[in-house]
Amino acid sequence: MTLRLYMLQRITALLMAPLVIGHLAVMIYAIQGGLSAAEILGRTQGSVLWFAFYGTFVAAVSIHGAIGLRTIAAEWGGLRGIAADALMWIVGLGLFVLGAQAVWAVTYP
Amino acid sequence: MSMTKGITSRAHPLWLAYILHRVSGLALALFLPLHFWVLAMAVSDPARLDGFLHLTEAAVVKVAEFGLVFLLAVHMFGGLRLMAMEWLPWTPPQKTLAAAATAVSFLIAVLFFMKAI
Amino acid sequence: MAAEALKITIDRGPNAQGLQTEFEVPAQDNQTVLDVVSWIQQNADPTLSYRFACRVGMCGSCAMMVGGVPRWTCRTHISKVLDGNAVTIGPLRNLPVIKDLAVDMDPFFDKWVAAEGVHHGGLTRDDPIAVVDETAPARVEANAGIECINCSVCYAACDTVTGNADYLGPAALQRAWTLLNDAKDEGRVAILDAVSGNGGCHNCHSMGSCTAYCPNDLDPMSAIAGLKRETAKSFFKRGRR
Ligand code: SF4
Ligand code: SF4
Ligand code: FES
Repeated sequence: MTLRLYMLQRITALLMAPLVIGHLAVMIYAIQGGLSAAEILGRTQGSVLWFAFYGTFVAAVSIHGAIGLRTIAAEWGGLRGIAADALMWIVGLGLFVLGAQAVWAVTYP
Repeated sequence: MSMTKGITSRAHPLWLAYILHRVSGLALALFLPLHFWVLAMAVSDPARLDGFLHLTEAAVVKVAEFGLVFLLAVHMFGGLRLMAMEWLPWTPPQKTLAAAATAVSFLIAVLFFMKAI
Repeated sequence: MAAEALKITIDRGPNAQGLQTEFEVPAQDNQTVLDVVSWIQQNADPTLSYRFACRVGMCGSCAMMVGGVPRWTCRTHISKVLDGNAVTIGPLRNLPVIKDLAVDMDPFFDKWVAAEGVHHGGLTRDDPIAVVDETAPARVEANAGIECINCSVCYAACDTVTGNADYLGPAALQRAWTLLNDAKDEGRVAILDAVSGNGGCHNCHSMGSCTAYCPNDLDPMSAIAGLKRETAKSFFKRGRR
């Protein structure tokens, strides 16, 4: 873990703190009366605001999660050097692509 | 193995906060792809998404959801605790901070659980 | 209790097949863990290897794992660590074992140097001696960490060292922090660079095992947090790596 990765992880963490609180609040609100595709889409579809909210969230969590998994793989799995970095990139890009698809799916007008 | 050796040297609050933070982070990272995949069905297959959402009515899934909310809350407050501890120059009350972070997370998760049923 | 015998198990490592590992040691009223190990070596098994020098908590050479916990054995009373009347004593964790209870401390000291835990002088013998203000905040920070005896107890307690052989570890990083705060040390840039690399301070997870077990009540965890603050500041200021 270098200074650069450390800073990236802290900055994405700080960025996500308000997003997580927002997400938790929405969840607690949304689950009342059950969840349905129509209900979720009714809230998010075509909304630039939700697109920005969850878009930022997905970008931040991809970076944050990738760095975190790299550390765990290194300390608990013995992954070193290039192998650890490769894992980080794969996890980060993978999370980002999947997340972007989800955000697109629920906010596309 | 090194992981198990010397386990007695770890049973103190800050180590427990560390392991909670790590395990919750790992679990969240593993859950995320599933979460994204299910939501992406909103365009590709709305009926299937509804099928999944119906699952959330089941008690087992409710408990699992409670677990997820708890993990998310615990990871966030644990992380804020860590950053406060490292970046703000205070020293001894760290253990209280660790405990408080867990307590608040638990509260949020319970609130979620109550609303869900 | 003086009449009882203590049941001592010595963890002699994989190379010690066939050697005796269980010992009965006569209990005394005042007896340290080091006394017990010495009794075994002097009376039961002269081949037992271990290390000590000062016997008063000054030299840092006697640390071992006692009941799974890293401790300075010369200042740990055996009654404090007994489980019933038994305890297991092993070589310090996270360091290569040379033989029995003696570990190779080289990695520990090499990292001390790798963390720039050396004096970076800026003056010559012709300069006047710089005055040190004992009440300056930086001096107070430095003073908090300078009584380290290099015993490696913190290094043995740290799980991050176990998982990452490159990690410099609590003692070396704490020394880097004291030097960073030392008005007479001019190595600021070198130190910040040394603690920002692959094995640097950012690997630390603030789990606090170092602070919990340091026999001198030092606080390497907070010293490392100080390094994280300083490197983060320099990251924003100078756009350093
Ligand atoms: S606080 Fe840091 S240095 Fe101390 S035991 Fe934990 S990881 Fe190791
Ligand atoms: S910081 Fe404490 S435990 Fe670590 S080497 Fe120094 S005296 Fe020993
Ligand atoms: S023998 Fe010197 S510190 Fe224990």
